[in-house]
Amino acid sequence: MIARVAIAVVLFAASSIASAAGGPPTPLKSGIEFTGAEVRALQQDDFANPGMLWVARGEQLWREPAGTEGKSCANCHGDAKASMRGVATRYPLLEPGAARLVNLEGRILQCRERRQQAEPLRHESDDLLALTALVAHQSRGMPVNVAVNSQNRKHFEAGREMYYRRLGQTNLSCAQCHQDNWGRKLGPETISQGHGNAYPVYRLEWQTAGSLQRRFRSCLSGVRAEMLPYGASEYLDLELYLAWRASGLPIETPGVRR
Amino acid sequence: MAIARIQVPASPKRGEVIEVRIAIQHPMETGFRYDDAGRAIPKNVINTLVVRYNDAQIFRAELGSGISANPYLQFYAVAEASGDMVFDWVDDKGERGSQSVPLNVIE
Repeated sequence: MIARVAIAVVLFAASSIASAAGGPPTPLKSGIEFTGAEVRALQQDDFANPGMLWVARGEQLWREPAGTEGKSCANCHGDAKASMRGVATRYPLLEPGAARLVNLEGRILQCRERRQQAEPLRHESDDLLALTALVAHQSRGMPVNVAVNSQNRKHFEAGREMYYRRLGQTNLSCAQCHQDNWGRKLGPETISQGHGNAYPVYRLEWQTAGSLQRRFRSCLSGVRAEMLPYGASEYLDLELYLAWRASGLPIETPGVRR
Repeated sequence: MAIARIQVPASPKRGEVIEVRIAIQHPMETGFRYDDAGRAIPKNVINTLVVRYNDAQIFRAELGSGISANPYLQFYAVAEASGDMVFDWVDDKGERGSQSVPLNVIE
């Protein structure tokens, strides 16, 4: 009996070491594989997929001049289909000399501020989501492919630390659901592996499109933790860790989720 | 900015039954929700959608608060002659949207 308990303790210790090592889950599964047939059909139908409305809005905005310079995205970047192909696979990234990472939303806001000298777009506004969806859509089918190197390793480690940190009144980390228990049930839902490869997504619960950071905030609120403001550097570090963890998964933007 | 996507076959044959699909970006606010400050958000849904084909009304829908955000509608029509199919809609705030697609009917 004592021996059996001892073995159980050793096994438990071994499994927690394995999970602390923090490799990506195997096999890698996109969130779409954890949804029902109707949601999958909605995502696959490029007309019925409501997220495509944001892509269409993004196509209009791309050509519309904005700001004091009267420049549109297209004036510098030309046709998004060519110039933005593969771009989303590399985000979030660290610009040389910058103190924080930048994600796609951040890059679009930067362009508006510095190049177009236009009014900033609000986080989660239809316009910012539309431009982000348009850019990410140009990488659909291409694998997530971020580089972790000596420049961004500090951010990567901070993101990993946050992923395994217990948070909120329920004292849960991201990993306890999405690393250790994916594929199992949480109420009626199947827990996904928690990848960001389809964002911005159209979520039926939200009845609108939303960013990965909005999803973070939903999870934080779910574990009764404090929600950080949009654009917080902690979110960006976590985005980098998640992108590394999802390396190889094809981008699906605009995804559809429950 | 009213965004809508419309799908019809590019060149149907005369007499062919065609599938017409439209998706409109709209919050379809039900009137039952409250904002972060506890104020009721007024109902604002697309209440009417009218489709004309060569100036004749071929489809009309009256929508209410039970329809999801970003409504998607689909119906069938007979391709009779080349011309425009014009979609007009209006919401409770009185904001109107309009879009048309050309239909090139081949003999």
